[in-house]
Amino acid sequence: MDTDLVLLSRLQFAFTVTFHIIFPSLTIGLAAWLATLEGLHLFTGNPHYRRVFNFWIKLFAVSFGMGVVFGIVMAFQFGTNWSVLSGRTGGIQGPLLAYEVVTAFLLEATFLGVVLFGRDRLPPVAYFLCCCMVAIGTTLSAFWIMVNNTWMQTPVGFAMSPEGNFLPTSWYDIIFSYAVWIRFPHMLLGAYLTTCFVAAATGAWFLLQNRSPRQARIMVTMGLGLAAILVPAQMVFGHLNGTEINKTQPAKLAAIEARWETQQPASLTLIGIPLPSQERNILAIDIPVLGSCIDAGDCSAEEPGLKSFAPEDRPPVIIPFFTFRIMVGMGVIMLALAWFGMVLQARGRLYTTRWFLWLCVVSFPVGWIAVIAGWYTAEIGRQPWVVYNHLRTADAHSPLTLFDLIISLAGFAILYLSIVSAGAWYMFRMVRNGPQPDEDPVDEPSQIGSSKRPLAVPRESMIGLAE
Amino acid sequence: MTVDPTLAVIWACILAGGLLIYVVLDGFDLGIGMLFGVAESEHDRRVMMNSVAPIWDGNETWLILGGVVLFAAFPLVYASLLPALYLPIIVMLMALIMRGVAFEFRYKASGIYQTIWDLGFVLGSGVATFCQGAALGTLMQGLPIQDGQYAGPPFIWFNAFSIFCGFGLMAGYMLLGSTWLVLKTEGSLQEWAYARIRPLLVTMALFLAAGVVWMLIDYQHLGQRWWNHIEFLLLVIAGAAAAFVLWRSVAKRQELVPFWSAAALFGIAFAALGLSFWPYIIPPAITVFDAASVSASQTFMLHGMAILLPIVLIYTCFVYWIFRGKATAEVEYD
Repeated sequence: MDTDLVLLSRLQFAFTVTFHIIFPSLTIGLAAWLATLEGLHLFTGNPHYRRVFNFWIKLFAVSFGMGVVFGIVMAFQFGTNWSVLSGRTGGIQGPLLAYEVVTAFLLEATFLGVVLFGRDRLPPVAYFLCCCMVAIGTTLSAFWIMVNNTWMQTPVGFAMSPEGNFLPTSWYDIIFSYAVWIRFPHMLLGAYLTTCFVAAATGAWFLLQNRSPRQARIMVTMGLGLAAILVPAQMVFGHLNGTEINKTQPAKLAAIEARWETQQPASLTLIGIPLPSQERNILAIDIPVLGSCIDAGDCSAEEPGLKSFAPEDRPPVIIPFFTFRIMVGMGVIMLALAWFGMVLQARGRLYTTRWFLWLCVVSFPVGWIAVIAGWYTAEIGRQPWVVYNHLRTADAHSPLTLFDLIISLAGFAILYLSIVSAGAWYMFRMVRNGPQPDEDPVDEPSQIGSSKRPLAVPRESMIGLAE
Repeated sequence: MTVDPTLAVIWACILAGGLLIYVVLDGFDLGIGMLFGVAESEHDRRVMMNSVAPIWDGNETWLILGGVVLFAAFPLVYASLLPALYLPIIVMLMALIMRGVAFEFRYKASGIYQTIWDLGFVLGSGVATFCQGAALGTLMQGLPIQDGQYAGPPFIWFNAFSIFCGFGLMAGYMLLGSTWLVLKTEGSLQEWAYARIRPLLVTMALFLAAGVVWMLIDYQHLGQRWWNHIEFLLLVIAGAAAAFVLWRSVAKRQELVPFWSAAALFGIAFAALGLSFWPYIIPPAITVFDAASVSASQTFMLHGMAILLPIVLIYTCFVYWIFRGKATAEVEYD
């Protein structure tokens, strides 16, 4: 029965956190982009930046709202479902999350209201600063979450009390560990890339339909242009994460590579099908020596295989093996799209090459897929530990009943799926309705937030009724 | 690596202060969520929603602050209280999700779908409030804890006193909501809100009085201090005074006094509850000092909070100031 409790608790955490991460992945980048657009409009006076802002702020509001409400669940789930973990690590994880709330969550939630509703009530510079507050809040939020997760992955700066509690000995080590400063940029870049490709896809779609082309070009160029720089940077950080895992979590790396035997030098399995029950791979394409070169930066290094770890200390193999390859594959697609887009841009054909614009449209979820696949690799690959090498996931759960968990998991499943479907539909409809035409006046101080709009039926529902 | 009793007291005060801010702020917007269900027209519903739309998100974040302060400063409580109250807390979170998305979704939907989101808004607000009250009622009755983990039966929260507290808090939040409406609206809706204040005040006062009597009789671990501490008598008098000011403000058609006197009533009830608990944080077994995390954790947070919490309070006030004045029915953004 305990096994079922652990399994259901893990499923519930995985389910709720997967749905949560969809929204921050988009809004972290979107908040920074919106602040940039607002700043660009402020300094250049180009009205198209404002129109692009006005279009995206609506999508931002919906996705931010869903991110917030799903995030509240996460703040309580440590205690409701993982009480042994939270009781024993509260002295470390608690302060990190408390800092997240006071530096980030309160900041972004409070200023979001101003950004959505306050344009008419503030001078333009003050409004721009409020946009920056939201962007800073979302970034800091990601930072503290990554500090906390990194501590669970590579625990440092603590001592064990006789009762088995984790007590902090060095906050400096916890916050400024090398792992934090390669994992946080990796997540932040992942979020920015998600936004880049959503923005580029949306702009490409408008270009294909020849709607508001001036704004569409801003979306495509800014999205792909930023991605052209960020994807290589992301690959560097990804590689640094790999070599760090090689040192701190060798079992995870062995699972990612589906390497069963210890090898020196180790080969790299490009693709294949791991068979955990037989402890071998089939249909594998191996490249000799390359594994040691990439994982350790030393082509003669010995790399441990899964068989060198006791069976109870091994992570699952199949999911990390494939999710890692999905993540890397998405990275390659992103790089190809962004760089090819820049080549077209340089030749002046980016906005007219229809097949490429279609490719951009269908590539809108590449960032999300990469982020989620990457998280699955990191979190499943660290099993069976919740605090790496110190506390097993199986020992960390709350004294609940199966009834509790079945009710909560079923409830979350129904609620999240219906809300995300509705949210996705409303967001799709906002995209389909498109931005305001390029020729529309953008009156200072604002188009949205205007008190001039007649009170009657809001625009969206008029469109809804007209259908 | 020890617990510092002074720090433990400071953190207990920060926790209590944060929770009180949450109760008053989210209290009025949850209350408006419930009153939304009996509003008389679409116009009124829009004004009600607009009166809280820019600020509800920030209000609700204080709940998360309470949760993480508990996690950080009193991990033992976080780790035992939350599993003990598992279903009420999970249901509360689901209810908060329902009402949270309704702010965004109702204006994007039409016809039957708008009705569904409106229903979600009302039910979400009511259920979340009820669960908070029931959780408080359960905590008041005491929880069995062993080795830092909850060791009681699964449905400990399902009993008459908890349900009583759930309904009591619904009345209280609706009272706060109606006073906020008085402040933020005008005309017929404001009159409608004025008309709700006195019945809700009487209801809440009856719940409070009955709750105190019930506690004195059945829950000695909380009630015993009432007999030999003069503070409680003073708090009861102060509570009666706040109720009187609130009652009179309706006749005088004052706009700001109702909200502040209702908030004061909440503050007084909250203080009485805190003093009854003291020094226990989970009666009848775990004190603030038992539950405190080590001073290395509490000091680290205190340094940050000493600077950050005042900043948070300043910008929260700033945002309320930006949105001062009456709410309208205009959909300011969609």
